[in-house]
Amino acid sequence: MSILEYNGGCVVAMAGKECVAIAADRRLGIQLQTLACDANRVFRMHDKLFLGLTGLMTDITSLHNSFDFKLNMYSMREGRLMSPQTFSSLVASTLYEKRFGPYFSEPVIAGLNKDNTPFLCAMDLLGAAAYADDFVVSGTCAESLFGTCETFYRPDLGPDDLFETISQAMLSALDRDCISGWGVTVHIITPEGVTAKSLKARMD
Amino acid sequence: MERGGFSFDNCVRNAMLESAGYQPPKARKTGTTICGVIFEGGVVLGADTRATSGNVVFEKNCEKIHYIAPNIYCCGAGTAADTENTTGLIASQLELHRLSTGRESRVITSLTMLKQMLFKYQGHVSAALVLGGVDLKGPHLYTVYPHGSSDSLPYVTMGSGSLAAMAVFEANYKDNLTEEEAKLLVKQAISAGIFNDLGSGGNVNLCVIKKGKTEVIKGYAQENPRKYRRPAGYSFPTGTTSVLESKFQRPVSEIAVVTEVVSESVSMET
Amino acid sequence: MDPLLRPGHNAPHLPAAMGPGYADVFDRLSRQGGRVETTGTNALPTFDAHAGAKQASFQPYQNNGGSVVAVAGKDFCVVASDTRFGLGFAVPTRMISRNLVLNDKVVLATAGMQADTCTLHKVLRIRLDMYRQNHGKDMSLGAVSQLLSNTLYYKRFFPYYTFNVLGGVDENGEGFCYGYDAIGSHEKVKVVCTGSSQSLIQPVLDNQVDGKQMYDGQPVAELSLEQTVELVKDCFSSAGERDIYTVGLDGRGQPPLYVKILKLAFVLTSHPLRSKYTRSHFIQGQSPAVRDSQTTTDTYFT
Repeated sequence: MSILEYNGGCVVAMAGKECVAIAADRRLGIQLQTLACDANRVFRMHDKLFLGLTGLMTDITSLHNSFDFKLNMYSMREGRLMSPQTFSSLVASTLYEKRFGPYFSEPVIAGLNKDNTPFLCAMDLLGAAAYADDFVVSGTCAESLFGTCETFYRPDLGPDDLFETISQAMLSALDRDCISGWGVTVHIITPEGVTAKSLKARMD
Repeated sequence: MERGGFSFDNCVRNAMLESAGYQPPKARKTGTTICGVIFEGGVVLGADTRATSGNVVFEKNCEKIHYIAPNIYCCGAGTAADTENTTGLIASQLELHRLSTGRESRVITSLTMLKQMLFKYQGHVSAALVLGGVDLKGPHLYTVYPHGSSDSLPYVTMGSGSLAAMAVFEANYKDNLTEEEAKLLVKQAISAGIFNDLGSGGNVNLCVIKKGKTEVIKGYAQENPRKYRRPAGYSFPTGTTSVLESKFQRPVSEIAVVTEVVSESVSMET
Repeated sequence: MDPLLRPGHNAPHLPAAMGPGYADVFDRLSRQGGRVETTGTNALPTFDAHAGAKQASFQPYQNNGGSVVAVAGKDFCVVASDTRFGLGFAVPTRMISRNLVLNDKVVLATAGMQADTCTLHKVLRIRLDMYRQNHGKDMSLGAVSQLLSNTLYYKRFFPYYTFNVLGGVDENGEGFCYGYDAIGSHEKVKVVCTGSSQSLIQPVLDNQVDGKQMYDGQPVAELSLEQTVELVKDCFSSAGERDIYTVGLDGRGQPPLYVKILKLAFVLTSHPLRSKYTRSHFIQGQSPAVRDSQTTTDTYFT
């Protein structure tokens, strides 16, 4: 078994019109044994920037702490918020620094640029960034998410439609993955603010 | 103090996990077709746009032609992270070199820096490159292998689709191609990779480098647009998904502007 | 190594219920047989005078990819498959049929190893011909489903490397599908997908046909035949975008090969690709309904 599948979990992010959504499941397990259904793998970096991390939970925690620290240092030094593009470069270089002893985590970055256009980025565990203008996925049911997102996604959705689309894509994929699930959180990021929704999902 | 270079902090832990039976994950590879050809007065580089992880297409429109210098570009195949960072590192070093010397970078300089770096890592940095550019000595085209060896040829291919692309070159290459002929030939070679190699796909990206002029053409050929979509589409009206809890948060400003106040009595010496 | 056959991935359709260890053996067998080396140092057995005796390993399996889907409705069933024959990173041919029309009411579609697919189809065709000769009627959907299961389990310890879906209409005229693993474990369902794009397509079908994720799992409206065909085509189109071993459109730019099984008879639509078996059966079919279907506009079968 791959170490990336040790704790389970998945993240998906989708772009809409002047909004992005990022969804993650809530399960934390040790292989097939579920430990908790209140795990967080999506983190608010600032009002218009979210980071999702899948893979080994210990590395998710380490990376989140490290990025929080680096982001705070940046905003204090620069007196401004970090742009999503800059943040994805930061994540990529942090991961590539450990090229020969990597963190076992695959990040997803979702945010709004300064002009409120959506920004999406996914990486492998070495920090090879893939930028997309539709959707990005990561985690144990990435293949299923690719299938559902590729079919359900439509460009330029508003926040409400985007929420329904990403939720349906996520719930459908989760039902075919036994090491993800147990609840879903969806964050819809708009210039006006962030809506966090908790979905009703199968608890098995 | 942060310094450059790789960090090996996690290596002991990762080796322990591996010995406990947890396989180390595979990094994303670019199953790729990349190629280049020299024409009268310049170089054309070409690449497909598919990035795969396993049997899944991770990115349909990625850029595999990397900037090295205004007159030098480099196509990358192999582990995606390695090709991006290796070319990025050499590009930075050449930028500093140009600022220091005030001269245009030479292709042979970038080739030497790339192969010395790759040789240093003994193939563990798995980047297979097609390097092309034009400098004061004219057009140059090289391939660089992950272990640090290189070739210099008038037409080259790399990646999992290299055989398909090379078949096109071997059939149709001739000396003293015009720019348009060279672009067409490279397009045909990349298309051969896109259609005959499952690791390659998407669009054809080109880069044409001539003396004093470089042109990167994204989507020179788009041969695989999605041909079918369900006419009715999929609509999920508001309320389709059951929501347990919803919270809205307005933006909160996080930036505290700190102004450094230095009173005159405090010495600035340290 | 062939990425499709990387450890733990080459036999994704084997359920854990087959027992521990089984998947490993299957895995190892198929990994060794993942690719037939025709060039390079692995082409011939190597002899090392200092290494002692070496045994050439038997490499019976390869995965040729492909995906198959069956969706059943009230009085119809749609069975579809893609037409790409993959081998490693190569495409030896873009035009193979994974579908076998067994009779007017039952169609089988098979993904996995193409050599095993051909053999399995041949065996089943013969068994169905014998049944027809002995009983003077076509085998029913339920009977075929059991026959297929037995045929697969018969090779429990050296399985056909095939992943089947069976679709059709039963004696009451209602559409049903059956999904199989490599050794005959099967389930009667309304919608099923297997093959290299299983994980991409199945959740979409779950959502659109069962609608479990919508409106607290209340039943959703049944799809009509036309809607079902559109959905299936779209699923292949999506899977073809993301799975390198499945093609959304065949070599002629047509949607995947699909068969509509109606209450009366099957209608082979999409492009005019046909295997020898479906053709010969068609000629022998003798069903007036089948002959009639030739005259419909969406039938290219000649």
